[in-house]
Amino acid sequence: MHIFKTTVGLAGGALAAIAMSVQMVAADEIGRVRAVSDRTTFEECSACHMAYPPALLPAASWERIMATLSDHFGEDASLDPKTTKHIRDYLVANAGRVPRGVDPASPPLRIDEMPWFRHEHGSRTFARAKSDPNIGSIANCAACHRGVDRGYFDD
Amino acid sequence: MTRSTLILVGALAALASAAVAADRRAIISAYGDPAGFSAARGKAFFEARHTGGKPETPSCTTCHTANPRAEGRTRAGKPIAPMAVSANPERFTDPAKVEKWFRRNCNSVLGRECTAKEKGDVLTYLSSL
Ligand code: HEC
Ligand code: HEC
Ligand code: HEC
Repeated sequence: MHIFKTTVGLAGGALAAIAMSVQMVAADEIGRVRAVSDRTTFEECSACHMAYPPALLPAASWERIMATLSDHFGEDASLDPKTTKHIRDYLVANAGRVPRGVDPASPPLRIDEMPWFRHEHGSRTFARAKSDPNIGSIANCAACHRGVDRGYFDD
Repeated sequence: MTRSTLILVGALAALASAAVAADRRAIISAYGDPAGFSAARGKAFFEARHTGGKPETPSCTTCHTANPRAEGRTRAGKPIAPMAVSANPERFTDPAKVEKWFRRNCNSVLGRECTAKEKGDVLTYLSSL
């Protein structure tokens, strides 16, 4: 990720220390991320949810996701081997770095399990995502962030 | 526009939708003799609660709802266009797409592939609404 927003929505002296550490993570993980630019990946990975930008997960997460598509978060999302390999190669080549506080050998498969995500989204936001029928899931980024298909999350 | 261009445009549109309907008929026929398929059986299958699949998705209606003319919703919250051909004329016109989703969704809901007869029944039902 080359372009990013280092400002995070935290204010207040007491929170300065937290804000500092969030900001350091932010330099890698938060702000403006590049949207999926590969057509096959966009088409195949946006049928059930938005096509998540590759930079939001490290390579090892994408590798495991692409190796287990027939049991994908409780659904069969399998593809033929050629398409699977194409998408895997694209995601791995454009993956993000392993975020601070994450085991590089087995990083989470979910963006919303990353520590930086938990900093940005408090339990009230998680609860709202679950209870509001128009959102349905915290993984439904587009319900709260307009323009995410272009890669913006700072709305 | 002159009257003859209007007629031409109308004729082309009619041709295009006839071609789409022919594509859909070909897809259904590939599963067997259309006379042997039943919309009623397709409806019952589509609405049933199945076992053997993944616990999150017991039925086709989990995502497509029991009203195929309405929009559905994936488990991740994304809208799914209506399944009924009358509400969404583009449905069931690409054989590779139809097969890909039958394979995945039948596996998620039933834990197995759907039979050719089940597929023919479901498409007959969704084309009949
Ligand atoms: C058949 C539907 C379907 C398809 C196709 C699909 N997914 Fe998913 N995906 C899901 C579901 C369901 C979840 C879990 C959503 C939830 O918990 O709200 C999910 C979640 C995810 C998550 C975790 C999101 C989070 O942070 O919670 C990632 C990453 C992901 N999918 C990547 C992919 C990729 C890459 C592809 C393309 C190869 C893909 N998906 C295609 C259904 C699908
Ligand atoms: C229920 C609503 C909701 C959902 C769903 C949601 N977010 Fe957020 N997100 C927020 C709120 C509220 C903030 C904090 C407000 C702010 O500072 O802009 C935020 C902040 C962020 C930020 C930091 C923005 C910045 O510029 O610092 C990122 C990145 C982000 N979200 C990504 C995601 C991703 C990726 C997903 C899906 C996996 C997601 N969000 C799902 C509500 C949501
Ligand atoms: C987990 C959610 C989910 C479940 C459960 C589900 N589907 Fe789907 N289905 C989808 C999505 C998402 C699509 C692709 C999006 C689209 O075509 O609008 C789709 C597409 C399809 C298609 C292809 C449509 C076309 O235009 O070619 C068929 C056929 C289909 N589903 C049949 C079924 C049947 C039969 C069942 C039950 C055995 C079922 N689905 C259960 C989510 C689901």
